[in-house]
Amino acid sequence: MTPRALVLALGLAVAGALPSAADPLGDALRGAELFERQCKACHQIGPGAINRVGPRLNGIFGRRAGALADFTYSKSMARMGADGLTWTLETMDAYVKNPKALVSGTRMNYRGLKDDAARGALIAYLREFSDRPQNIPEAVPTARRSDRDLDPAILALKGDPEYGEYLSSECTTCHQADGSDQGIPSITGWPEEDFVVAMHAYKQKLRPHPVMQMMASRFNNDEIAALAAWFAKLD
Amino acid sequence: MTLNRRIFIGSGVAATALLSAPMVRAQGKPRVVVIGGGAGGGTAARYLAKDSKGDLDVTLIEANKTYTTCFFSNLYLGGFYDWEKLQHGYDTIAAGGVTVINDTATAVDRAAKTVTLAGGQVIPYDRLVLAPGIDFKEGSVPGWTLADAEVMPHAYKAGPQTQLLKRMVDSMPQGGVFAMVAPPNPYRCPPGPYERISMVAHVLKTTNPTAKILIADPKENFSKKALFEEGWARHYDGMVDWIGPDRGGDVVEVRPGSMEIVIDGEVTKVDVCNVIPGQMAGKIAALAGVTADSGWAPVHPDSMRSKLDDNIYVLGDSSAQGDMPKSGFSANSQAKVAALAIRGELLGARVFPAKYANTCWSLIAPEDGVKVGAAYEPTPEKIASVQSFISQTGEDAALRKATYEESLGWYAGITADIFG
Repeated sequence: MTPRALVLALGLAVAGALPSAADPLGDALRGAELFERQCKACHQIGPGAINRVGPRLNGIFGRRAGALADFTYSKSMARMGADGLTWTLETMDAYVKNPKALVSGTRMNYRGLKDDAARGALIAYLREFSDRPQNIPEAVPTARRSDRDLDPAILALKGDPEYGEYLSSECTTCHQADGSDQGIPSITGWPEEDFVVAMHAYKQKLRPHPVMQMMASRFNNDEIAALAAWFAKLD
Repeated sequence: MTLNRRIFIGSGVAATALLSAPMVRAQGKPRVVVIGGGAGGGTAARYLAKDSKGDLDVTLIEANKTYTTCFFSNLYLGGFYDWEKLQHGYDTIAAGGVTVINDTATAVDRAAKTVTLAGGQVIPYDRLVLAPGIDFKEGSVPGWTLADAEVMPHAYKAGPQTQLLKRMVDSMPQGGVFAMVAPPNPYRCPPGPYERISMVAHVLKTTNPTAKILIADPKENFSKKALFEEGWARHYDGMVDWIGPDRGGDVVEVRPGSMEIVIDGEVTKVDVCNVIPGQMAGKIAALAGVTADSGWAPVHPDSMRSKLDDNIYVLGDSSAQGDMPKSGFSANSQAKVAALAIRGELLGARVFPAKYANTCWSLIAPEDGVKVGAAYEPTPEKIASVQSFISQTGEDAALRKATYEESLGWYAGITADIFG
């Protein structure tokens, strides 16, 4: 093994074995300081916030761009809202990084925050003043999903049924382990290849079911293979 | 490559095992006691016994011989689901190797690691799993105490309260008023109060079409609000009046003696009043000393282990974990993570990274089902939402019907997963 291949191999092994942990947005306390210095001249946020030069930012996440009835937006921002722009972690990140790159004619006179950690901190602070997922499950997420995709070099891994058995407990909340089929299909006894193909079709959002898209998107290739190996064994 | 990955995982587990050496007891098997036989506790007990293949001594303490699920109890109110189908026994859990004790836990001695039952029995544990669900905060709705629940039911713990509320709705006088006091955040089953309104509206539309429904709500926003409002306008036009805090819905008093509700100073005589009070962790969590000032029990996001006692895990509604809603699905998901963590500690089982998920289905009208769901992962601070979806307004009838049928399948699936 060449040194370069070794580094690559070790890197992959580490990436594959890291515990699943979502990426927190950043340090909201630092974000509060940034807001104070860079945003507060125009925007208010928190209890009693009102519109100033810019709109109030309470409840911004999950809201359509340009949606406050009592604020007059730029034509450009209003159009983006009409086109469907909604403030999520991703769109807000792009907007704060470079406002005019996302909304060409925005009136927000802000050059953008290029530093990833600082931007993450600011967004973490803003996120605290929108709906909490604990109360409103459909609210915009509060962390970035851990990237569980692995290099194609290890796609050929044979499924580990023991791992599959553990992972399968997520499936059996809906799909019955004894293969019963009552409104939700049976997934036991499938040929492994069919199972893998189906799961990847959900992962790529080719198959439309939102619960399955969500579940499949969180499994890496190893994990899908493990599930296939486990469920293939069940009759 | 395969070898590299496996070695790495293997050594990771070995390191963990060294840090928290699996308990080896001279006498007998390690003991796990689970308090509460619902979605969290039932799942935990069953999985602990099943996956340890007899190497753990698992005891489940549950007050009721028959468990009535709170999830789907709204469908019973609406006439869509039979009472008997909400009820589940513990025979399969017991047959799977769990000692089931029908009694109430009254105390936890964390130093001695024992649980005391109302019947006097004292049960030792190595790990304790608390899954007691919710209790109500006294004084959260002025004029109402738990003693008034026979007159103004909460029906937010499934059982006789649910049946009482159904009898009241079914026998409302023509043109009468049904009122609900909706709870403040956080509470069990975020869309639950609004699904209940939909089910009551369905009954009244059929039997009592001039009746009215009032909801006094302290919250500006609630789960699936756009979907419920669309559904109420479509199916129950003019019947439902939701009064949010902008109209004084947060300034409420009830008078059980005269069957009145006072919303922002305005007195209304009502025929049925469903008071869903503010909530906190089931009492045994506070008695065990694992709750915070909030009334809920803080847990480590990667395992559901109590932040206040390493030997205790807290599941489901009673835990404060971050972004997961308080639901049966969440409790079931958390129980599987905790069961594996406990087997890892006590038996040295391979522990895989925690993954959590939740989906909540709600029925708005016959064959008009909607759903909301999210995926969650632990961060150092909390269990964080990382992805979510929700049914859309304006969906066609076929999709709504399929969503409803899916919810029936989910009920069959999760109750089979918990109770066998």
